[in-house]
Amino acid sequence: MLNTTDILETIKMIREDNLDVRTITMGISLFDCISDDITRLGEKIYDKITRSAKDLVRVAEDIEARYGIPIVNKRISVTPISLVGAGLTPDGFVRLAKVLQRAAGELGVNFIGGFSALVQKGATVGATNLIEAIPQALTETEIVCSSVNVASTKAGINMDAVGKMGEIIKQTAYNTRDKDSIGCAKLVVFANIPEDNPFMAGAMHGIGEPDQVINVGVSGPGVVAAAIRKAGNCSFSVLADTIKKIAFKITRVGQLVAAEAASKIGVPYGIVDLSLAPTPAAGDSVAEILENMGLERCGTHGTTAALAMLNDAVKKGGVMASSHVGGLSGAFIPVSEDRGMIDAVKAGTLSLEKLEAMTAVCSVGLDMIAIPGDTPATTISGIIADEIAIGVANTKTTAVRVIPVWGKGEGDVAEFGGLLGYAPIMPLKKESCSEFIKRGGRIPAPIHSLKN
Amino acid sequence: MRAVITVTGKDKVGIIAMTSGLCQKYSANIVDISQTVLSEYFAMIMMVNLEKLTVSFTEFSDIMKKAGEEAGVDIRVMHEDIFNAMHRI
Repeated sequence: MLNTTDILETIKMIREDNLDVRTITMGISLFDCISDDITRLGEKIYDKITRSAKDLVRVAEDIEARYGIPIVNKRISVTPISLVGAGLTPDGFVRLAKVLQRAAGELGVNFIGGFSALVQKGATVGATNLIEAIPQALTETEIVCSSVNVASTKAGINMDAVGKMGEIIKQTAYNTRDKDSIGCAKLVVFANIPEDNPFMAGAMHGIGEPDQVINVGVSGPGVVAAAIRKAGNCSFSVLADTIKKIAFKITRVGQLVAAEAASKIGVPYGIVDLSLAPTPAAGDSVAEILENMGLERCGTHGTTAALAMLNDAVKKGGVMASSHVGGLSGAFIPVSEDRGMIDAVKAGTLSLEKLEAMTAVCSVGLDMIAIPGDTPATTISGIIADEIAIGVANTKTTAVRVIPVWGKGEGDVAEFGGLLGYAPIMPLKKESCSEFIKRGGRIPAPIHSLKN
Repeated sequence: MRAVITVTGKDKVGIIAMTSGLCQKYSANIVDISQTVLSEYFAMIMMVNLEKLTVSFTEFSDIMKKAGEEAGVDIRVMHEDIFNAMHRI
């Protein structure tokens, strides 16, 4: 018989601490859709996606009811479209983005990711054309997400692509200026992009993945924050153990849901992504976890150490709870999607520089950060280069999702709505880095001996 | 298939009768039951066998939820595996 305390603990986690499964993401390979005729290509992609994922939403809702655990998002990731549509023009790629939108809309999923290109060492014609198509594609679709991998630890940093992405982000911001440049919230620039990430906007279905797969992203910042609050005034050893135990429990729910969804849909189970994903709701904040550890406000001195410990303990607890772990797996620190982060930025405690330092010890990177609309493209490229360099040098994934909010400046607030939240516009350095960015070429891959 | 029914909220007369009455109505067999009252806060846990349930799991869960709302308590029906997964290695 189950223990009463355990049962009530689970109920409390769901009811009071916002425990949920953040996403069930179905990865679908589109390689078998390749055709030299764009109409045929579009039809085959639409058919493959709608056929493969026809039961996704229904199965997710069934699991939600059966276990009484909210499953917030149902999503799809596909093979990077630059590979599937390698021969297309930018206009052709925009057409494919609309096909993805139509297929995802038909299925009732929340997002579809994979309008992506991998250019860490150089761009093919297809990748170049897809990148050109991004601003228009993200303007004319609503739930299609795009990502571009511009660097890897093995290849170094493609600075031509970094330079280009600054311009693409600016153009996307301008195109969607009537909605606080929301197009940029659907575009991420990566180093060391994972091939099995279930989270948006960076989800894609990598080339080494099976034909179809189920990946699950767990959540639960509120549960961790509550556990730390309950642990009270204890040493770091006890604190780390507390986080590990709670992360284990959270991840076991993800594992259960992933295995059940994969079996019901009839496709392999891929991975559970052990990420703490916050939302703008009260009590669902990663910043609150750090503050519960003893920081007056997130962003003050000690924040990087607190986050490093949190991230490590979450992984240690989660790894044992799941048979396969992957994706991004770490704490997310998006600004607009986390109320504690928003408050810390408003108070002036959390700066872009501190966020950059924090990304060296947790997953993802500079995420959902609103910057002034008149920021030069080369400055955006400079932000990308800095963040990507952290990922490349440290053999980890980092990414940049910044939103230069058209027509708004420091002191204003950008409103994105829903899970994307809202964000105060953060100040940037005024001094230019354009001569640096304009050099172009590649920053060589880092050496991985002689460590220091 | 076994599920756990939890009823939490302010203590009042007839909560167990109402919940077990609905179990009988839809042929959910009560295997075990326990309850605690902590300063007017009531928590009842029922383990039920749903092999002979006359409605679907989702319908049963919705009926229970609605009955709870009417009585001013929180009633949840959840498959036992979620608790086994979280609390047993």
